[in-house]
Amino acid sequence: MRFLRQAGLMLWKDLVVEFRARDVLTAMVFFACMVVLVFSLAFVRDGRPVGDVAGGILWVSLAFSGALGLGRNFEREREADTLHGLLMSPADRGAILVGKALGVTVFMSVTAAVVAPLIAVLFDAPLGRDPLPLALLLLLGSFGFAIVGAIFGTLLLKARARDVLLAVILYPLTVPALIAGTVGTSALLDARPQPGRAWFWIQALSAFDLIFLVVALWAFEALTTE
Amino acid sequence: MAETKPDKIANPIPFIIAAVIAGAGFIVLPLMAFRAPLPDGMFFSQKIFYYHVPSAWTMFLAIITCGVCSGIYLAKRDDRWDQAAQASAAIAVLFGAIVMTTGPIWAKAHWSKYWIWEARLVSSLLLWMIAIAYVLVRRYGGPGMERLAAGIGIFGAVDVPLVYWSTQLWRTQHPQNTVVPTLDNRMRPALYTSALLFIILFTLIYSVRKRLGRSRARLEALELAAEDLEA
Repeated sequence: MRFLRQAGLMLWKDLVVEFRARDVLTAMVFFACMVVLVFSLAFVRDGRPVGDVAGGILWVSLAFSGALGLGRNFEREREADTLHGLLMSPADRGAILVGKALGVTVFMSVTAAVVAPLIAVLFDAPLGRDPLPLALLLLLGSFGFAIVGAIFGTLLLKARARDVLLAVILYPLTVPALIAGTVGTSALLDARPQPGRAWFWIQALSAFDLIFLVVALWAFEALTTE
Repeated sequence: MAETKPDKIANPIPFIIAAVIAGAGFIVLPLMAFRAPLPDGMFFSQKIFYYHVPSAWTMFLAIITCGVCSGIYLAKRDDRWDQAAQASAAIAVLFGAIVMTTGPIWAKAHWSKYWIWEARLVSSLLLWMIAIAYVLVRRYGGPGMERLAAGIGIFGAVDVPLVYWSTQLWRTQHPQNTVVPTLDNRMRPALYTSALLFIILFTLIYSVRKRLGRSRARLEALELAAEDLEA
């Protein structure tokens, strides 16, 4: 209970800061839209997308803007060394990590909510056909990405070349979540939709998230102790 | 903190013996590989198998060593485990590079494609990427990256089964290619000799790299001490 309250407070803090500054979310949404536009220039010929690329593009734009958002989010904590202060506080470190990850998940979900309709229009993809499994895939995939990202964002605070290294670390480690999300989404967008396969990948994503979360909570205390 | 006592001069004799065995072995190995029979329907390019498969095994061994040493480092905070993890990660990158060059050469000859999306290939590639990320962080992250690197080691080890499982499921409706065919018994001696040689090579490079890490740590400590004296 205490853990959840602390994580909730952390999430609330990030949301309030973002509501006042609005720089991270704006950058993420705009960047994701740009990625989609560049892909649409490359993959739409004569008004038709080349193959079933829409699901993959949704996830690529989400992963790119997610890394951007993570970097900005932790840069904000670094400027006044606030994350260090939080870690020094008596709050559970795991709760701080989970709160941070939930904040990034919210930002990524908002980004996805803007980008998905854009992809539906530009790539003529039936993204609104099964909204529930799609939303679950995006939410679970974002959380898996965010929890790994939050660990390495925290650990990279003191590193040189933070932004580059975050991307270098994050993409190979989160590949299981990205594969599950992409394949599940493609199953929904198929000419013959396969909701069964999508639900299977939702379960797989939940399992990945759980494994990432357990390892993260187990290792975070040791990783952040000097 | 690095130890301030100078290292004892390590006994060079086992090292030299191992180096001689490895050197001689890598001269004999091509002959053994040459005399081993070819499986049905395969051409001379199959011989690369005797270098490709043992390199892959050595890469996995190096990655596992890295993950385990990272975990122990986090628990015990002894710099030697960190140096061990760092040495293994560098070797994983090296042998991964061998795997990723020899593999496509064989694949082009046999499957007429350089790359196929099969679980073993994808998981090897990703493991190699994770090892590269580890080395990049150590090289460009600046001081104080030990814990971060340990995190990569641990998450990398956790990722291995997840990546393998997800790529395997993802590709179920495609025809499966069996990478390692059921082996002819006469092919085994060359393969196992090669594997043994690669493991000796791994140990040799590992001990050199680990000494290098230790010397670096001592140099850093001495530099800091010298700065303190000047101040």
